[in-house]
Amino acid sequence: MTPPAAALAVTDLAVSRGGLPVLERLRFTLHPGRALILRGPNGSGKTTLLRTLAGLQPPLAGFITAPPETIAYASHADGLKATLTVAENLAFWAQIFGTGDIGAAVDGMNLRGLLDRQAQNLSAGQKRRLGLARLLVTGRPFWLLDEPTISLDVASVALFAEVVRSHLAAGGAVLIATHIDLGLPEAEVLDLAPHRARAPAAGGLMGAFDEAFL
Amino acid sequence: MIALFLRDLRLAIRAGGGFGLGLGFFLIVVVLVPLGVGPEGRTLSLIAPGILWVAALLACLLSLDRIFALDHEDGSLDLLATAPIPLEGVVTMKALAHWVTTGLPLTLASPVLALLMNLPGPGYPWLMLSLALGTPALSVIGTFGAALTVGLKRGGLLLSLLVLPLYVPTLIFGAELVKRGAAGQAVATPFLLLAGITAGAAALLPFASAAALRVNLR
Repeated sequence: MTPPAAALAVTDLAVSRGGLPVLERLRFTLHPGRALILRGPNGSGKTTLLRTLAGLQPPLAGFITAPPETIAYASHADGLKATLTVAENLAFWAQIFGTGDIGAAVDGMNLRGLLDRQAQNLSAGQKRRLGLARLLVTGRPFWLLDEPTISLDVASVALFAEVVRSHLAAGGAVLIATHIDLGLPEAEVLDLAPHRARAPAAGGLMGAFDEAFL
Repeated sequence: MIALFLRDLRLAIRAGGGFGLGLGFFLIVVVLVPLGVGPEGRTLSLIAPGILWVAALLACLLSLDRIFALDHEDGSLDLLATAPIPLEGVVTMKALAHWVTTGLPLTLASPVLALLMNLPGPGYPWLMLSLALGTPALSVIGTFGAALTVGLKRGGLLLSLLVLPLYVPTLIFGAELVKRGAAGQAVATPFLLLAGITAGAAALLPFASAAALRVNLR
């Protein structure tokens, strides 16, 4: 993996969900080799922020600067095809991202024994491990992770923390929305509570009117 | 992009992929019509081009909502949208995979079923040609409809209503081409118009479909 030349920087960002602003005045920089953990109660806009950073929806205001084609996004859903095997699922994403090699990802998330199993026959935790292994085949430096540890057991969480740590050591960076302790003491924490969007009357932004109908 | 195409084909062929759905529907309609209309050969050969084309069109329609709905449900559409291939390319590959699993089998099966409809002999090559030329347009237009309705629960009805009017020109010129071919008349006009519709749809609609997807993924 080539280390990114620049960092992922966010300036005065505001994001909206369903036409309502949820977060505003966000300002942070994610440097290579660093991990940033997003904390906030349910509905505080963690997923919306990650989707905006991934480019799936436009920001309400502010700027996101990142080198092009450097962000890999992992949502709640793993994007697995039930009738494809573990190896086929991974190989597909490896081809899409043009990396081709799934060996490191298979070993990283301990999937070696499951390669020929169809994804529909995996347990929830095994599916999650496969979903996270997809990040390794993207070859992209910035990982945006939305609740990555859901349905993982303690051993798998430790395994995943190890994968994240080696990604950081290789010059990558991660932004994680999570409620649990991942065992990454070096990670910085960004609390989203102070960034909650204010009502328009209190000086906050108006949401886009037509968004509510999309 | 080839990888996406191959994945879609593999998914369609595996259990539950719905590969035979359109073909089965085509078969059922074309087998049932002669039973309903009666065995008189002259009537059947008169309506054969229209029935064969309507059945092919409905068979295409049947599998449209699967194009994006499954990928949207399991989250892979989000991941594809953030992947390095352009969304226009994703849409084109999806339409191509839909055609290979629906339009192509219909085209190949049509001569056998035309026999049941007592299609006059000279019409056979024109039937296959018109389906080979027209069904890609059905897949591309259908992909656009599927992209418009991707986020909706039970969007199938809306999808059919949106797509049907767009299918009308293809149906008219496709059936006309077979009719004229079977009667030994000049076929240049419907042939060129059908080819024009397909070429135009394949060139323009992927951009519209990609734009619709981007809005729906927000």
